[in-house]
Amino acid sequence: MPEERDISIPQSLYKRIQERIKGTGFSSVDEYVTYVLREVLSEDEAGEFTEEDEEKVRERLRSLGYLE
Amino acid sequence: MISPHGGRLVKRVDFSEKRIEEAKDLKKKEINLDKYRDLANIAHGLFSPLEGYMDNNNFEAVLKDGRLDNDIPWTVPIVMDAVEEEVSELREGDDIALSYNGEPVGILEISDIYRYDKGKYVRSVFGTDSMEHPGVQRVFSMGDYLLGGKITLLKDPPTQFPRYRLWPEDTRVLFREKGWKKVVGFQTRNTPHIGHEYVQKAALTLVDGLLINPLIGKKKKGDFRDEVIIKAYEALFENYYPKNTATMSIIETEMRYAGPKEAIFHAIMRKNLGCTHFIVGRDHAGVGNFYGPFDAHKIFSDYPDLGIEPIFFRSFYYCKKCRAVVNDKICPHQDSEYQINFSGTKIRQLLMEGKRPPEDMMRPEVADAILSFENPLVD
Ligand SMILES: [Zn+2]
Repeated sequence: MPEERDISIPQSLYKRIQERIKGTGFSSVDEYVTYVLREVLSEDEAGEFTEEDEEKVRERLRSLGYLE
Repeated sequence: MISPHGGRLVKRVDFSEKRIEEAKDLKKKEINLDKYRDLANIAHGLFSPLEGYMDNNNFEAVLKDGRLDNDIPWTVPIVMDAVEEEVSELREGDDIALSYNGEPVGILEISDIYRYDKGKYVRSVFGTDSMEHPGVQRVFSMGDYLLGGKITLLKDPPTQFPRYRLWPEDTRVLFREKGWKKVVGFQTRNTPHIGHEYVQKAALTLVDGLLINPLIGKKKKGDFRDEVIIKAYEALFENYYPKNTATMSIIETEMRYAGPKEAIFHAIMRKNLGCTHFIVGRDHAGVGNFYGPFDAHKIFSDYPDLGIEPIFFRSFYYCKKCRAVVNDKICPHQDSEYQINFSGTKIRQLLMEGKRPPEDMMRPEVADAILSFENPLVD
């Protein structure tokens, strides 16, 4: 396991998460919160692809016959 | 669009003349085609978030927890092995050129050189240390050291099927252009019979698109040859799949035969390609009797944070009472005299005798595609 830090969240939120993860594979609130935060952060980091890059890819897809 | 595994699509490609010239002055390590293919898979983001070969911390975490050192799911070591004579000339911090047929094709920035326990490796990944297992044999034939570090790809590996080579950035644009929000991925190393087709179509019915990925790379004796699998699927696509909902691209990596652990690895690659769903078959990535038929289904419950939805099918068969191709969820006549299984072994036997299997087992166009090869199997 990587090194960890404590973060405080409101008790009511903690309880709601506890309810939410019942019956899922998440075994603790910590696990779930880590997962959700990673997802949120990764959405912000995703967009490095320029319109120009994308046009190049479309061109390639057309030449291979994947796109009309 | 679904996020790549670990959040960001890795791209470590530099095809510039300058970088290739620089690489010529570095110490060289020759790699084979399988290693070269995985070098490209890392560089083009198919193995995101990996940026290179695993260092000792990640390697140990993968064996122990089935996760990277930062807790992100990962089940199959991606490593560069080396023998003692090579290692004696290398130091952590060195850049070396990875060469194929003597020509530099990649750069490895060595951050870690370490020994590893092969017994521990195979017991964790394959669940066995039996030398009957092809994956175990492979690990025991590797060098005694591993080199960890980031890589850069200088040149794409040769491919027999350029028409079907799509990297994650390609498939992600393709899905967007086609308007596919939900896409199901299907892994195959086999020629398709009717049972496979129904599995794919049952899943496709509930999503927007289907991506079939024949796995191209080293296989074991008796598997179908890569070109036979491609040709068979071409026949199936041409005659039985709508163009606007189904497509095919190759994944060029060797089979590890790691069963459940490889099923997770296969799902991660599909997530990077932009698939939201992944079909996990019966005895997925299995070999012989090393895994139970549904072990590869069970392992997904350890990975609620995988970020791609597995779709499990137990069995498809023809039911004489229902008079349809069915599965155990929709037909109550399983294990009765009405059930006729699609037997891969039987179909293969007929094909080996040069005969077309019956049309309710295999599409005639697919059978003809396979029969057009003199020897469709790997020697
Ligand atoms: Zn039935």
